[in-house]
Amino acid sequence: METLLLEGNEACVRGALAAGCRFYAGYPITPSTEIMEMMARELPKVGGMFIQMEDESASLGAVMGASLAGLKAMPATSGPGFSVMQEHIGFASMAEVPCVIAHVMRGGPSTGLPTQPSQADVMQAAWGTHGDHPIIVLAASSAYETYELTIKAFNLAERYRTPVILLSDAVVAHTREAVTLVQADMEIEERPQPTVSPEEFLAYGDPGNGVPPMPPFGEGYRYHVTGLCHDVRGFPTTRSDEVDFLLRRLLSKISRDSDRLQWFDCWHENSETMVIAYGCVARAALRAVREARDKGLDVGLMKLKVLWPFMSTTVSNVLENCRRVLVPEMNFGQVSREVERVNQGRCEIFTLNKVDGTAITPPEIVRKLEEMHP
Amino acid sequence: MKHKEHLIRKYLRPSKKMPTIWCAGCGIGIFMHALVRAIDRAGYGKDDVVMVSGSGCSSRIPIYLDFNTLHTTHGRALTFATGIKLAKPRLKVITIMGDGDAIAIGGNHLIHAAKRNIEIAAFVINNQVYGMTGGQCSPTTAHGTRTTSSPYGNLESAFDISRVVEAAGAAMVGRATVYHTPLLDRLIDMALHKKGFALVEVIAQCVTYSGRWLGLTSPADMMQWQRDNCVRVERAQGLSEEELAGKIVIGVLTNRERPTYNDEYRKLFAEVSKI
Repeated sequence: METLLLEGNEACVRGALAAGCRFYAGYPITPSTEIMEMMARELPKVGGMFIQMEDESASLGAVMGASLAGLKAMPATSGPGFSVMQEHIGFASMAEVPCVIAHVMRGGPSTGLPTQPSQADVMQAAWGTHGDHPIIVLAASSAYETYELTIKAFNLAERYRTPVILLSDAVVAHTREAVTLVQADMEIEERPQPTVSPEEFLAYGDPGNGVPPMPPFGEGYRYHVTGLCHDVRGFPTTRSDEVDFLLRRLLSKISRDSDRLQWFDCWHENSETMVIAYGCVARAALRAVREARDKGLDVGLMKLKVLWPFMSTTVSNVLENCRRVLVPEMNFGQVSREVERVNQGRCEIFTLNKVDGTAITPPEIVRKLEEMHP
Repeated sequence: MKHKEHLIRKYLRPSKKMPTIWCAGCGIGIFMHALVRAIDRAGYGKDDVVMVSGSGCSSRIPIYLDFNTLHTTHGRALTFATGIKLAKPRLKVITIMGDGDAIAIGGNHLIHAAKRNIEIAAFVINNQVYGMTGGQCSPTTAHGTRTTSSPYGNLESAFDISRVVEAAGAAMVGRATVYHTPLLDRLIDMALHKKGFALVEVIAQCVTYSGRWLGLTSPADMMQWQRDNCVRVERAQGLSEEELAGKIVIGVLTNRERPTYNDEYRKLFAEVSKI
């Protein structure tokens, strides 16, 4: 095991290469650019392909082309670049093209605050592209977690044939810290391959788990890939039974497996007050919880690593055992509304929202916790 | 006729229900036939061909053909094609786009693919109209033409797709119409065998929409219009700007050798392995 001093963006590249990513297409944008720069240096050394594209839409298009040809592939982006990518996130979802999108959040809307952190794209990550669609969104709170979750993001993308979005932010991306690479402990998954002959192969059927096998282009399985609603062979259809089958399969291939997507860490989970946080705020929250406990407050922390599909059952179980919850976020309250939805009025939900481009600090969370306690 | 049946059985997907979505008299079918003939002449294995399209009438071509086929987003076929060619250079990557697809919404991708000189055989079926959405003005619609989105006449002048792509750096550029099929055959052959980015602009008739705006109501009238309004590039060189006004120049417009992106990347691999 190797221990290195890495920032989050570098850890993302390390994780991607460890997961087998061999194609990167990107467009420069702060604060994600280091991912592209490091990929440009490192990919040729391992026989991988790098290309700088003309915009973020093109980046994700090239990534999907490479994925269809059989390579694990990713782009990284931030802010406006993520908005430009949305059309192709929908295509990846509809045509079931595995890919990982690293999105380093910065202040918005529009050009916003290019160099400063934010968590305002949690909802966009789930719903930014049009149409009901499945998505998996992970959130990293440290350089190590960025490394670990990048590997897991590739595994999920391959396992479910879906785009997976890895959210970080300018704080996580640019904070340099010790990262121990424990690749050996992590299983690397590959996309399922057909076990039947090309004649019998259904490119978009349901083999039982909702995820059809995916042979790469050029290997004898000639099939059609489209962003239109398609039948089990991949050909466009408007037949209501075929459309219904497709959209329900797409959604259920992930939702039926949600038990395997409960990734979180808890500290003092049976406390009277729980903080629920993610990304860089979870780190401030951990410090705040320790300080608040020193002051005699009965407080715990739940750190979310999966944001979508939202871990409703797990969060509900945590809510069951506490009286009040604080959801600090660097936005106007995107995860707090999900927590409220799951809460069903059982606990008192408090929010702490900061949108000025600076990170939420431990003292701010401690102060809020003190206010919340009668 | 016997040969035609052979091509149909060999290259059209048996599982895809006919007829095609194209209107009777559409020019796209003539191009599709020419493309299949050229692929057959080239002798590519069906597994080795990837056909990528954008969105619109012509982008439906890959659905009917038995290759690795990919029908992408509007304007962005070349971005997917780029990823495929880089990931698996041995594949023959063919891209099919419409005029609005290629140079309006996909214009940036088009000039960058040409600039990179990535080895893709790209075909733009230019019918001067957005056909699938009902006959709106396109970037190649002539100035003054009335369409559903330019009911008082088009205020803009038309893009010359071939010249734009030539200026951007493509290794080969040619233009033909679906009337001039021997030329079309020759240009498709050249594009398929070209090492680098090759673009063939195929002028085709949209009988349903652009024919109506031009006052030409039958496919034959529209193809005769193609016959009467084109000038071979060899002859065009001796004509003045006034003499060429309103004419379409056809033939091989550019054919040059430039290193492809894949060539450059292979060199980079060699360099990096020395470090």
